Amino acid sequence: MSEAKEKEPLFSAKNRKLLINPLHKDNPITTQVLGICSALAVTAKLKPAFVMTLSVMAVLGFANVIISILRNGIPPRIRIIVQLVVIASLVILVDQVLKAFVFDVSKQLSVFVGLIITNCIIMGRLEAFALGNKPWPSFLDGIGNAFGYGWILIVVAFFREFLGSGTIWDYPVMEKLGVYELGYVNNGFMILPPMALILVGIIIWVQRSKDKSLVEEN
Amino acid sequence: MQEFFNIFVKSIFIDNMVFAYFLGMCSYLAVSKTVKTSMGLGIAVVFVLAITVPVDYLLNQYILSPGALAWIDTEFASLDLGFLSFIMFIAIIASMVQLVEMIVEKFAPALYSSLGIFLPLIAVNCAILGGSLFMQEREYETIWHATSFGLGSGVGFLLAIVGIAAIREKIRYSNVPPALRGLGITFIITGLMGIAFMSFLGIKL
Repeated sequence: MSEAKEKEPLFSAKNRKLLINPLHKDNPITTQVLGICSALAVTAKLKPAFVMTLSVMAVLGFANVIISILRNGIPPRIRIIVQLVVIASLVILVDQVLKAFVFDVSKQLSVFVGLIITNCIIMGRLEAFALGNKPWPSFLDGIGNAFGYGWILIVVAFFREFLGSGTIWDYPVMEKLGVYELGYVNNGFMILPPMALILVGIIIWVQRSKDKSLVEEN
Repeated sequence: MQEFFNIFVKSIFIDNMVFAYFLGMCSYLAVSKTVKTSMGLGIAVVFVLAITVPVDYLLNQYILSPGALAWIDTEFASLDLGFLSFIMFIAIIASMVQLVEMIVEKFAPALYSSLGIFLPLIAVNCAILGGSLFMQEREYETIWHATSFGLGSGVGFLLAIVGIAAIREKIRYSNVPPALRGLGITFIITGLMGIAFMSFLGIKL
Protein backbone atom coordinates (compact mmCIF):
# COMPACT_ATOMS: atom_id res chain seq x y z
CA MET A 1 0.00 0.00 0.00
CA SER A 2 1.50 3.34 -1.02
CA GLU A 3 1.99 6.28 1.32
CA ALA A 4 -0.17 8.63 -0.65
CA LYS A 5 -3.13 6.31 -0.44
CA GLU A 6 -2.81 5.79 3.28
CA LYS A 7 -2.92 9.51 3.84
CA GLU A 8 -6.09 9.92 1.85
CA PRO A 9 -8.59 11.55 4.17
CA LEU A 10 -11.77 9.64 5.00
CA PHE A 11 -13.92 12.08 3.10
CA SER A 12 -11.68 13.06 0.23
CA ALA A 13 -13.22 14.55 -2.90
CA LYS A 14 -13.25 11.13 -4.53
CA ASN A 15 -14.98 9.50 -1.61
CA ARG A 16 -17.50 12.30 -1.33
CA LYS A 17 -18.35 11.75 -4.95
CA LEU A 18 -19.06 8.09 -4.24
CA LEU A 19 -21.57 9.22 -1.69
CA ILE A 20 -23.18 12.05 -3.66
CA ASN A 21 -23.27 10.75 -7.24
CA PRO A 22 -25.85 8.02 -6.67
CA LEU A 23 -28.29 10.62 -5.40
CA HIS A 24 -28.71 12.16 -8.80
CA LYS A 25 -26.48 11.33 -11.75
CA ASP A 26 -25.96 7.65 -11.02
CA ASN A 27 -29.22 7.10 -9.24
CA PRO A 28 -29.74 3.36 -8.90
CA ILE A 29 -33.41 3.52 -9.82
CA THR A 30 -33.68 6.21 -12.45
CA THR A 31 -30.41 5.75 -14.32
CA GLN A 32 -28.85 2.41 -13.42
CA VAL A 33 -32.28 0.67 -13.47
CA LEU A 34 -31.50 -1.46 -10.45
CA GLY A 35 -33.76 -2.55 -7.63
CA ILE A 36 -37.04 -1.53 -9.17
CA CYS A 37 -39.14 -4.43 -7.89
CA SER A 38 -38.98 -3.62 -4.23
CA ALA A 39 -39.00 0.11 -4.87
CA LEU A 40 -42.48 -0.02 -6.27
CA ALA A 41 -44.12 -2.59 -4.11
CA VAL A 42 -43.46 -1.07 -0.70
CA THR A 43 -44.36 2.53 -1.48
CA ALA A 44 -48.08 2.61 -0.71
CA LYS A 45 -47.26 4.14 2.71
CA LEU A 46 -44.30 6.14 4.03
CA LYS A 47 -43.50 3.92 6.97
CA PRO A 48 -42.80 0.67 5.12
CA ALA A 49 -40.88 2.62 2.50
CA PHE A 50 -38.70 4.14 5.21
CA VAL A 51 -38.10 0.80 6.92
CA MET A 52 -37.28 -0.74 3.54
CA THR A 53 -34.75 2.02 2.85
CA LEU A 54 -33.04 1.42 6.17
CA SER A 55 -32.96 -2.34 5.58
CA VAL A 56 -31.47 -1.95 2.12
CA MET A 57 -28.95 0.54 3.50
CA ALA A 58 -27.82 -1.89 6.19
CA VAL A 59 -27.60 -4.85 3.82
CA LEU A 60 -25.92 -2.96 1.01
CA GLY A 61 -23.39 -1.20 3.25
CA PHE A 62 -22.28 -4.33 5.04
CA ALA A 63 -22.43 -6.63 2.02
CA ASN A 64 -20.20 -4.21 0.15
CA VAL A 65 -17.69 -4.15 3.02
CA ILE A 66 -17.67 -7.92 3.45
CA ILE A 67 -17.27 -8.65 -0.25
CA SER A 68 -14.62 -5.97 -0.51
CA ILE A 69 -12.65 -7.56 2.32
CA LEU A 70 -13.00 -11.01 0.76
CA ARG A 71 -12.47 -9.82 -2.81
CA ASN A 72 -8.98 -11.24 -3.22
CA GLY A 73 -9.96 -14.62 -1.83
CA ILE A 74 -13.08 -15.27 -3.88
CA PRO A 75 -12.52 -17.48 -6.93
CA PRO A 76 -14.21 -15.68 -9.82
CA ARG A 77 -16.13 -18.75 -10.96
CA ILE A 78 -18.16 -19.11 -7.79
CA ARG A 79 -18.40 -15.45 -6.86
CA ILE A 80 -22.15 -15.25 -7.46
CA ILE A 81 -22.83 -18.01 -4.94
CA VAL A 82 -20.49 -16.37 -2.42
CA GLN A 83 -22.24 -13.04 -2.89
CA LEU A 84 -25.65 -14.64 -2.51
CA VAL A 85 -24.62 -16.34 0.72
CA VAL A 86 -23.28 -13.09 2.19
CA ILE A 87 -26.38 -11.18 1.15
CA ALA A 88 -28.78 -13.89 2.32
CA SER A 89 -27.16 -14.04 5.75
CA LEU A 90 -27.40 -10.26 6.14
CA VAL A 91 -31.02 -10.28 5.00
CA ILE A 92 -31.86 -12.99 7.52
CA LEU A 93 -30.38 -10.75 10.23
CA VAL A 94 -32.40 -7.76 9.04
CA ASP A 95 -35.56 -9.87 8.82
CA GLN A 96 -35.15 -11.14 12.37
CA VAL A 97 -34.53 -7.62 13.67
CA LEU A 98 -37.63 -6.31 11.88
CA LYS A 99 -39.75 -9.16 13.22
CA ALA A 100 -38.52 -8.46 16.73
CA PHE A 101 -38.93 -4.68 16.81
CA VAL A 102 -41.44 -3.55 14.18
CA PHE A 103 -43.62 -6.58 13.66
CA ASP A 104 -46.50 -4.75 11.96
CA VAL A 105 -44.23 -3.21 9.33
CA SER A 106 -42.54 -6.56 8.84
CA LYS A 107 -45.97 -8.06 8.09
CA GLN A 108 -46.75 -5.27 5.62
CA LEU A 109 -43.49 -5.77 3.79
CA SER A 110 -44.24 -9.52 3.66
CA VAL A 111 -42.04 -11.20 1.08
CA PHE A 112 -40.24 -8.03 0.10
CA VAL A 113 -37.75 -8.23 2.95
CA GLY A 114 -36.70 -11.61 1.63
CA LEU A 115 -36.56 -10.19 -1.84
CA ILE A 116 -33.77 -7.83 -0.81
CA ILE A 117 -31.60 -10.88 -1.54
CA THR A 118 -32.39 -10.72 -5.22
CA ASN A 119 -32.60 -6.94 -5.28
CA CYS A 120 -30.41 -6.19 -8.24
CA ILE A 121 -29.09 -3.05 -6.55
CA ILE A 122 -27.12 -5.19 -4.14
CA MET A 123 -25.77 -7.69 -6.65
CA GLY A 124 -25.12 -4.87 -9.09
CA ARG A 125 -23.05 -2.81 -6.66
CA LEU A 126 -21.17 -5.85 -5.40
CA GLU A 127 -20.24 -6.80 -8.95
CA ALA A 128 -19.53 -3.32 -10.17
CA PHE A 129 -17.83 -1.80 -7.17
CA ALA A 130 -17.02 -3.93 -4.14
CA LEU A 131 -15.16 -6.58 -6.13
CA GLY A 132 -12.61 -4.01 -7.22
CA ASN A 133 -12.28 -1.55 -4.38
CA LYS A 134 -11.13 -1.22 -0.80
CA PRO A 135 -13.59 -1.62 2.09
CA TRP A 136 -14.05 2.05 3.02
CA PRO A 137 -14.90 3.36 -0.46
CA SER A 138 -17.11 0.30 -0.92
CA PHE A 139 -18.95 1.15 2.26
CA LEU A 140 -19.50 4.72 1.08
CA ASP A 141 -20.63 3.48 -2.31
CA GLY A 142 -23.11 1.16 -0.63
CA ILE A 143 -24.52 3.84 1.62
CA GLY A 144 -24.67 6.35 -1.23
CA ASN A 145 -26.56 3.99 -3.49
CA ALA A 146 -28.93 3.05 -0.71
CA PHE A 147 -29.61 6.79 -0.22
CA GLY A 148 -30.21 7.25 -3.92
CA TYR A 149 -32.61 4.33 -3.82
CA GLY A 150 -34.19 5.57 -0.63
CA TRP A 151 -35.04 9.07 -1.69
CA ILE A 152 -36.96 7.86 -4.72
CA LEU A 153 -38.84 5.42 -2.50
CA ILE A 154 -39.67 8.14 -0.02
CA VAL A 155 -40.80 10.65 -2.64
CA VAL A 156 -43.04 8.06 -4.30
CA ALA A 157 -44.38 6.86 -0.95
CA PHE A 158 -45.06 10.43 0.15
CA PHE A 159 -47.21 11.19 -2.87
CA ARG A 160 -48.97 7.86 -2.81
CA GLU A 161 -49.82 8.08 0.87
CA PHE A 162 -50.70 11.79 0.81
CA LEU A 163 -52.94 11.66 -2.25
CA GLY A 164 -54.14 8.11 -1.81
CA SER A 165 -54.94 7.90 1.88
CA GLY A 166 -54.81 11.57 2.88
CA THR A 167 -52.24 10.87 5.57
CA ILE A 168 -48.54 11.47 6.11
CA TRP A 169 -46.81 8.86 8.26
CA ASP A 170 -50.28 7.75 9.41
CA TYR A 171 -51.10 11.30 10.54
CA PRO A 172 -54.44 12.33 9.00
CA VAL A 173 -53.34 15.60 7.40
CA MET A 174 -56.26 15.94 5.04
CA GLU A 175 -58.76 15.36 7.82
CA LYS A 176 -57.11 18.01 10.03
CA LEU A 177 -57.12 20.48 7.17
CA GLY A 178 -60.84 19.84 6.88
CA VAL A 179 -60.82 19.44 3.11
CA TYR A 180 -63.16 16.46 3.28
CA GLU A 181 -66.00 18.79 4.26
CA LEU A 182 -65.31 20.81 1.12
CA GLY A 183 -65.96 17.73 -0.95
CA TYR A 184 -62.40 16.46 -1.39
CA VAL A 185 -62.15 12.72 -1.96
CA ASN A 186 -59.02 10.60 -1.62
CA ASN A 187 -57.66 9.41 -4.92
CA GLY A 188 -57.89 5.67 -4.30
CA PHE A 189 -56.11 5.10 -7.57
CA MET A 190 -52.81 6.24 -6.02
CA ILE A 191 -52.73 3.23 -3.71
CA LEU A 192 -53.03 0.76 -6.56
CA PRO A 193 -49.78 -0.73 -7.90
CA PRO A 194 -49.75 0.85 -11.39
CA MET A 195 -49.59 4.38 -10.01
CA ALA A 196 -46.19 3.65 -8.47
CA LEU A 197 -44.85 2.92 -11.94
CA ILE A 198 -46.32 6.07 -13.38
CA LEU A 199 -44.94 8.17 -10.51
CA VAL A 200 -41.45 6.78 -11.03
CA GLY A 201 -41.91 7.48 -14.74
CA ILE A 202 -42.70 11.09 -13.89
CA ILE A 203 -39.68 11.39 -11.59
CA ILE A 204 -37.50 10.12 -14.43
CA TRP A 205 -39.12 12.61 -16.76
CA VAL A 206 -38.44 15.55 -14.44
CA GLN A 207 -34.88 14.43 -13.75
CA ARG A 208 -34.03 13.99 -17.41
CA SER A 209 -35.57 17.24 -18.52
CA LYS A 210 -33.33 19.00 -16.00
CA ASP A 211 -30.24 17.09 -17.00
CA LYS A 212 -30.06 16.56 -20.75
CA SER A 213 -26.97 14.34 -20.49
CA LEU A 214 -29.11 11.52 -19.11
CA VAL A 215 -31.48 11.40 -22.08
CA GLU A 216 -31.42 8.05 -23.91
CA GLU A 217 -31.97 7.15 -27.51
CA ASN A 218 -35.37 5.73 -28.23
CA MET B 1 -58.67 -30.51 -11.54
CA GLN B 2 -60.58 -27.28 -11.70
CA GLU B 3 -58.84 -26.15 -8.55
CA PHE B 4 -55.45 -26.32 -10.21
CA PHE B 5 -56.73 -24.55 -13.28
CA ASN B 6 -58.10 -21.78 -11.06
CA ILE B 7 -54.75 -21.27 -9.37
CA PHE B 8 -53.07 -21.31 -12.77
CA VAL B 9 -55.37 -18.66 -14.27
CA LYS B 10 -55.33 -16.59 -11.10
CA SER B 11 -51.56 -16.40 -11.03
CA ILE B 12 -51.39 -15.45 -14.70
CA PHE B 13 -53.94 -12.67 -14.75
CA ILE B 14 -54.98 -11.56 -11.29
CA ASP B 15 -51.80 -12.01 -9.29
CA ASN B 16 -49.54 -11.28 -12.24
CA MET B 17 -45.92 -11.22 -11.05
CA VAL B 18 -45.06 -8.07 -12.95
CA PHE B 19 -48.20 -5.98 -12.80
CA ALA B 20 -49.49 -6.81 -9.35
CA TYR B 21 -46.27 -7.37 -7.42
CA PHE B 22 -43.55 -5.77 -9.56
CA LEU B 23 -41.41 -8.85 -9.35
CA GLY B 24 -38.76 -9.47 -11.95
CA MET B 25 -38.88 -5.79 -12.89
CA CYS B 26 -35.15 -5.47 -13.44
CA SER B 27 -34.90 -8.09 -16.15
CA TYR B 28 -38.32 -7.05 -17.41
CA LEU B 29 -36.99 -3.57 -18.13
CA ALA B 30 -33.53 -4.58 -19.25
CA VAL B 31 -34.38 -7.41 -21.66
CA SER B 32 -37.58 -6.12 -23.24
CA LYS B 33 -36.01 -4.30 -26.17
CA THR B 34 -36.97 -6.91 -28.77
CA VAL B 35 -39.68 -9.57 -28.82
CA LYS B 36 -37.23 -12.34 -29.65
CA THR B 37 -34.94 -11.95 -26.63
CA SER B 38 -37.85 -11.31 -24.31
CA MET B 39 -39.44 -14.54 -25.51
CA GLY B 40 -36.22 -16.38 -24.62
CA LEU B 41 -36.11 -14.90 -21.15
CA GLY B 42 -39.81 -15.53 -20.62
CA ILE B 43 -39.55 -19.19 -21.52
CA ALA B 44 -36.52 -19.61 -19.28
CA VAL B 45 -38.44 -18.05 -16.38
CA VAL B 46 -41.45 -20.36 -16.92
CA PHE B 47 -39.08 -23.29 -16.98
CA VAL B 48 -37.22 -22.38 -13.81
CA LEU B 49 -40.31 -21.31 -11.85
CA ALA B 50 -42.11 -24.54 -12.70
CA ILE B 51 -39.16 -26.47 -11.26
CA THR B 52 -38.07 -24.39 -8.27
CA VAL B 53 -41.50 -23.74 -6.76
CA PRO B 54 -42.35 -27.43 -6.24
CA VAL B 55 -38.82 -28.21 -5.02
CA ASP B 56 -38.96 -25.36 -2.54
CA TYR B 57 -42.42 -26.54 -1.56
CA LEU B 58 -41.02 -29.92 -0.58
CA LEU B 59 -38.15 -28.23 1.22
CA ASN B 60 -40.55 -26.03 3.13
CA GLN B 61 -42.92 -28.87 3.94
CA TYR B 62 -40.36 -31.40 5.15
CA ILE B 63 -37.53 -29.31 6.55
CA LEU B 64 -38.25 -25.67 7.18
CA SER B 65 -41.74 -25.09 8.53
CA PRO B 66 -42.39 -25.45 12.28
CA GLY B 67 -42.45 -29.09 13.33
CA ALA B 68 -41.65 -30.26 9.83
CA LEU B 69 -38.72 -32.36 10.96
CA ALA B 70 -41.02 -34.73 12.84
CA TRP B 71 -40.63 -37.28 10.05
CA ILE B 72 -37.03 -37.92 11.12
CA ASP B 73 -37.66 -38.33 14.79
CA THR B 74 -40.26 -37.02 17.21
CA GLU B 75 -37.62 -35.18 19.22
CA PHE B 76 -37.12 -32.79 16.29
CA ALA B 77 -40.82 -31.94 16.19
CA SER B 78 -40.37 -28.76 18.22
CA LEU B 79 -37.79 -27.26 15.84
CA ASP B 80 -38.64 -24.29 13.65
CA LEU B 81 -36.07 -23.66 10.94
CA GLY B 82 -38.18 -20.98 9.26
CA PHE B 83 -35.46 -18.37 9.60
CA LEU B 84 -33.30 -20.40 7.24
CA SER B 85 -35.80 -20.27 4.41
CA PHE B 86 -34.22 -17.34 2.54
CA ILE B 87 -30.80 -18.89 2.34
CA MET B 88 -32.16 -22.37 1.55
CA PHE B 89 -34.47 -21.09 -1.17
CA ILE B 90 -31.78 -19.06 -2.86
CA ALA B 91 -29.38 -21.98 -2.68
CA ILE B 92 -31.97 -24.28 -4.27
CA ILE B 93 -32.70 -21.70 -6.95
CA ALA B 94 -29.05 -21.13 -7.78
CA SER B 95 -28.35 -24.85 -7.99
CA MET B 96 -31.54 -25.59 -9.94
CA VAL B 97 -30.67 -22.89 -12.44
CA GLN B 98 -27.24 -24.44 -12.83
CA LEU B 99 -28.79 -27.89 -13.26
CA VAL B 100 -31.37 -26.70 -15.75
CA GLU B 101 -28.62 -24.95 -17.68
CA MET B 102 -26.58 -28.16 -17.91
CA ILE B 103 -29.58 -30.28 -18.89
CA VAL B 104 -30.70 -27.84 -21.55
CA GLU B 105 -27.18 -27.58 -22.89
CA LYS B 106 -26.93 -31.37 -23.16
CA PHE B 107 -30.33 -32.23 -24.58
CA ALA B 108 -31.54 -29.11 -26.38
CA PRO B 109 -28.53 -27.21 -27.72
CA ALA B 110 -30.73 -25.09 -29.98
CA LEU B 111 -32.83 -23.89 -27.06
CA TYR B 112 -29.65 -23.39 -25.05
CA SER B 113 -28.09 -21.10 -27.59
CA SER B 114 -31.28 -19.08 -27.91
CA LEU B 115 -31.64 -18.69 -24.15
CA GLY B 116 -27.94 -17.92 -23.94
CA ILE B 117 -26.97 -15.63 -21.11
CA PHE B 118 -30.49 -15.46 -19.67
CA LEU B 119 -30.37 -18.76 -17.85
CA PRO B 120 -27.62 -17.87 -15.36
CA LEU B 121 -29.12 -14.40 -14.90
CA ILE B 122 -32.37 -15.96 -13.74
CA ALA B 123 -30.80 -16.99 -10.43
CA VAL B 124 -31.01 -13.36 -9.35
CA ASN B 125 -34.40 -12.62 -10.88
CA CYS B 126 -36.72 -11.55 -8.10
CA ALA B 127 -39.68 -13.29 -9.73
CA ILE B 128 -38.14 -16.68 -9.01
CA LEU B 129 -37.39 -16.12 -5.34
CA GLY B 130 -40.67 -14.22 -5.06
CA GLY B 131 -42.51 -17.26 -6.40
CA SER B 132 -41.05 -19.43 -3.68
CA LEU B 133 -41.70 -16.88 -0.95
CA PHE B 134 -45.32 -16.37 -2.03
CA MET B 135 -45.74 -20.13 -2.14
CA GLN B 136 -44.51 -20.28 1.45
CA GLU B 137 -46.72 -17.40 2.56
CA ARG B 138 -49.90 -18.72 0.93
CA GLU B 139 -49.48 -22.25 2.31
CA TYR B 140 -50.68 -24.29 -0.64
CA GLU B 141 -52.17 -27.65 0.29
CA THR B 142 -50.36 -30.01 -2.05
CA ILE B 143 -47.35 -29.93 -4.28
CA TRP B 144 -49.69 -29.83 -7.31
CA HIS B 145 -51.24 -26.59 -6.13
CA ALA B 146 -47.74 -25.19 -5.74
CA THR B 147 -46.71 -26.41 -9.18
CA SER B 148 -49.69 -24.86 -10.92
CA PHE B 149 -48.94 -21.61 -9.07
CA GLY B 150 -45.32 -21.72 -10.21
CA LEU B 151 -46.26 -22.47 -13.80
CA GLY B 152 -48.95 -19.78 -13.84
CA SER B 153 -46.62 -17.13 -12.45
CA GLY B 154 -44.07 -18.00 -15.08
CA VAL B 155 -46.60 -17.72 -17.88
CA GLY B 156 -47.79 -14.41 -16.42
CA PHE B 157 -44.25 -13.08 -16.56
CA LEU B 158 -43.84 -14.34 -20.13
CA LEU B 159 -47.06 -12.61 -21.14
CA ALA B 160 -45.99 -9.34 -19.55
CA ILE B 161 -42.48 -9.24 -20.98
CA VAL B 162 -43.51 -10.21 -24.50
CA GLY B 163 -46.29 -7.62 -24.37
CA ILE B 164 -44.00 -4.77 -23.34
CA ALA B 165 -41.36 -5.83 -25.86
CA ALA B 166 -43.90 -5.69 -28.67
CA ILE B 167 -45.00 -2.22 -27.56
CA ARG B 168 -41.41 -1.03 -27.28
CA GLU B 169 -40.65 -2.25 -30.79
CA LYS B 170 -43.53 -0.16 -32.08
CA ILE B 171 -42.81 2.89 -29.97
CA ARG B 172 -39.38 3.20 -31.51
CA TYR B 173 -41.10 4.85 -34.48
CA SER B 174 -43.10 7.32 -32.41
CA ASN B 175 -42.18 10.77 -31.32
CA VAL B 176 -41.70 10.45 -27.58
CA PRO B 177 -40.64 13.57 -25.61
CA PRO B 178 -36.83 13.36 -25.35
CA ALA B 179 -36.69 13.21 -21.57
CA LEU B 180 -39.13 10.31 -21.48
CA ARG B 181 -37.34 8.21 -24.07
CA GLY B 182 -36.20 4.77 -23.07
CA LEU B 183 -36.80 4.15 -19.41
CA GLY B 184 -39.41 6.78 -18.61
CA ILE B 185 -41.91 5.81 -21.25
CA THR B 186 -41.42 2.12 -20.46
CA PHE B 187 -42.38 2.78 -16.87
CA ILE B 188 -45.48 4.65 -17.87
CA ILE B 189 -46.54 2.01 -20.40
CA THR B 190 -46.05 -0.67 -17.78
CA GLY B 191 -48.26 1.32 -15.44
CA LEU B 192 -50.95 1.54 -18.10
CA MET B 193 -50.68 -2.18 -18.81
CA GLY B 194 -51.00 -2.75 -15.07
CA ILE B 195 -54.20 -0.71 -15.04
CA ALA B 196 -55.53 -2.85 -17.88
CA PHE B 197 -54.64 -6.00 -15.97
CA MET B 198 -56.48 -4.70 -12.94
CA SER B 199 -59.72 -5.26 -14.75
CA PHE B 200 -59.20 -8.96 -14.04
CA LEU B 201 -59.45 -8.21 -10.33
CA GLY B 202 -63.21 -8.62 -10.37
CA ILE B 203 -63.00 -12.25 -11.48
CA LYS B 204 -63.71 -14.61 -8.64
CA LEU B 205 -62.16 -18.02 -8.99
